Order: sequence, then C-alpha cells, then structure tokens
Amino acid sequence: MIAGVSDLTVRYAAATALDGVSLHVADGEMVALIGPNGAGKSTLVNALCGLLRPASGTIAVRGDLALVPEGRHLFPSLSVDDNLRLGAWRRRRRDTSHIYGLLPGLVKLRDRPAGRLSGGEQQMVALGRALMARPSLLVIDEMSLGLAPKIVDDLAAHLRERNTVDGLAVLLIEQNARLALELCARAYVLEAGRVVAEGPSAQLASSPEVAAAYLGLEA
Amino acid sequence: MAALVQYLITGIGVGCAYALLGSGLVVIYRVTRVVNFAQGSFAVLAALTVTTLLAAGLPHGLAEVSAVLLAAAIGLLTGLVATGRPGTTPQSALIVTLGLGVFAYAVEILFWGDQPRSFPGLPGTVAGVQSHYLLIAAVTAVVLAATALLFARTDLGRALTATAEDPYAARAVGIDVRRMGLLAFVVGGALGGLAGVLITPVQQVTFDSDVALVVNGFSAAILGNLTRPGLTLAGGLLLGVVQALVGGYGSTSYQTEVALVLMLAVLIVRAGSTRAETA
Repeated sequence: MIAGVSDLTVRYAAATALDGVSLHVADGEMVALIGPNGAGKSTLVNALCGLLRPASGTIAVRGDLALVPEGRHLFPSLSVDDNLRLGAWRRRRRDTSHIYGLLPGLVKLRDRPAGRLSGGEQQMVALGRALMARPSLLVIDEMSLGLAPKIVDDLAAHLRERNTVDGLAVLLIEQNARLALELCARAYVLEAGRVVAEGPSAQLASSPEVAAAYLGLEA
Repeated sequence: MAALVQYLITGIGVGCAYALLGSGLVVIYRVTRVVNFAQGSFAVLAALTVTTLLAAGLPHGLAEVSAVLLAAAIGLLTGLVATGRPGTTPQSALIVTLGLGVFAYAVEILFWGDQPRSFPGLPGTVAGVQSHYLLIAAVTAVVLAATALLFARTDLGRALTATAEDPYAARAVGIDVRRMGLLAFVVGGALGGLAGVLITPVQQVTFDSDVALVVNGFSAAILGNLTRPGLTLAGGLLLGVVQALVGGYGSTSYQTEVALVLMLAVLIVRAGSTRAETA
C-alpha cells in the first residue's frame, strides 16, 4: 500500500463532510474515486494531502505524494517553467528539462505566464508541476472538468504511460465516471460522505446502480 | 533655478525613503494580505538605534547595518505577533500592527525620550549636491533592484510570489505559507529600517515620525495598488518631490496634506475607471 485512509471523518463546523471513509491505493495502482458534486471527494483529497485536519481516523502516506488540484491552481503571473520549478519545492534539484521530455506540448509554452494559457494547456502544466516532485503517488482532483475530449484523451494517455513506464500510482478523482472506470483498474463510489461501493472498475461499471447513476445508462 | 534644483534633490531623497517604506508595505501585503501599520515604527526604531550605536562608539556603516538588521528582527516579531496565530484574518492582523505601532511609541520614549534626534550622514558635496542625498538615491536604487531580482530570479522569490497568488496551491506543492509570510515581514522590516536610517541625517527623527513616514509610504504603495513595486517607487518619488516643492514655494505645514490629497485623488480616479470598465 502506498497511501490510505481508514475510518476517516472530517467535519466543517456542524456539517460532516466525510463519515468513516476507508480507501487505499496499492503500489503502482490506478484507482478512481467517483461520486456526485458535494459527496466529499475534494475533502478526501485535501485530508490525504495533509491540507486539512480530520476530526478522526488515520491517514497513512508512504513515499512522496503530489497533487493536481481541482481548478488547476497554477501561479498565474509566473511562467510555465517557474510553475514547474515550484513543483519541486521540497526537492533540492529543480531541473525542469525531464518534464519537457515527458510532456513535449509544454516546450513552446515554457516562458508564457501560466495565467494566459488555455484550460487544457493549464491542466498539462498542473500535471507537469506535480510530476516535478517525482512522486510515487499522483492525486488528481477533477482532471477532465471543463476540458475538450481530445485534451482529456491526451492527459489520460500521459497518465497511463507514467503508470506503465515508471510505476506511478494514481488516485483519480472524477465526475466523468466513464473515463475514470476506463482508466483505472479499481474504483470507489463516494456519496454524501460515505463509500457506497468499491471494487474492480469492470464490476462497478456493470452494477445497475452505478450504471444508472454515473454512466447515464438505464438500470 | 538653484532653489528649484535643491528642492528636486531634497524631494528625491525624501521620496526614496517613502519608496523604501512603501515597498516594505507592498512585500508584506502581497504575501500576507496584511496592511502593516507598524511599518513606520521599523524606520523610527532603526534610526534611533543608530544614534545610540554611534554614541557608543560604533563606526558609521556598522551602526547603520546593525540597525537595519534589528529592524528586520522587529519585522519578524511583528509578523509573529500579528499573523502567528493560525486562522488570523488579515483584517485582525492589521489592527494588531496598529497596536504594535502605538506600543513602539512607549518603547521609544522609554529609551530615547521625546526629543528629536539625528546623526551625521555622508559629509561633503558633489557638484553642489549634498553627498548624502546621492547616497540615499544610490542605496535605494541598489536595494530595490536587488529586491526585484529576489522576486524575479530566485526560487525563494518565486515561492513568495506563489504564496501571494495562490496560498492553497503553494501549500499543495509544499511551500510553508506561514514561513513565507514571516519572511515577508523580515524583508519589510529591513526596508522600513533602511528608510529610517537613510533619511534621518537630513530629516530629524522623533518617536512619532512614523506617522508621516507610514502615511507617505502607504500613499506611494496605494499608487501601485499595494502590489506593484515599480509604481510604488514612482509614487514615493512623486510624493517626495511634490512635498519639497510645496514646502519650498508654499508652506511646510501643508506637506502631509498634499500626500493625503494625492492619495485620495488616485483612489477617486481609480474608482471611476473601474466603474467605467465594469459598466
């Protein structure tokens, strides 16, 4: 196991955002977390990344974790290259050249301010910035949101490649359940702060409830 | 004509101090969103410290540098008190800095009394201009250029900018946002201290000199929307020169009012143009 949470509960004031959630990602595994808006997906991400403190439960992360946050959250006035450099803030070496090898589309954007890029370009930079940390687990919050299908395919291909070539583990948080179940071998379904289903993606995709709620198919 | 040149030189010298102080405000505001009203106290404390260090026999240069370092340390303390407690809003922190500024009065009167103090600057003249004014301009140019380079060319500066632009993303990549805020207070303290140390040989300092300094530094920073260092420099120089001219041809008692009216005018014009853009 590379990262996991167990019996995690997070509260905002009186509201319970996560209620006894358990989830894990194994070494080199691609795992999807799907569910509707407000289910607590982003809360789970923030807790896992140490950005907020849970009310109870345990969080275990082995190795380095990097986050591609929802809405990309690039540093808008800084250049693409500077954004990438800051991705390696925790590391001593901040050489960005290998990222341009992995994501050749970024080469021509290198000196542009990140705030001036299109959504798809920004998501690619956000992915590159996270990869700069040379993580063993990549957490991606809402990768496909607002992006054209062609760009989403491109991003997915990059993820698959890093997974097969480097053994990078991925936790993919997605509203686009079809994409997530296609890309990842295993998945969790989160609803109203609880895990309501989990298992191999193929098995979840064939379950009538998941198919009806998330794949737009008749039960 | 000779008088005009002298007013311009005096104005630029004083304007440099405003620009340094205002730049300190900008650095702190950009990173922490706190308007630091203790900024003038950094200048006064540093200037008064120099008088003591020189009296104790420290040579020029060492005394001034020590005082600037002390101001940086006071900046750090101010940052710790104002923003150290997690969850403090920038608005609460602003009030805390105001309180610390008043507290500084007590400390200053206790140690240095309430009489104006000064110390000699760089002696002599170059081409009819007091050398100390040239020193002020040169040091200001070098220090502001170095500050700009820090932000533009180093990873530490990029991390400070990142913290200013998106604290959430900064935390996500592992930047210690709180430490960056404190670092901004250190830089702001040093810039404020430097302003006081440079200006005191040509303009005496008392415990309450911080008001004029912070009003003018803030006005300069407001010209740059509290975020633009280049405009802050321009604003500081403009204020200094306008005040010198008002003082020279009119009355010195209206100098600060000129700064306030200028700041007000900028705010009104800006509010008007913002409305025009959104309309």
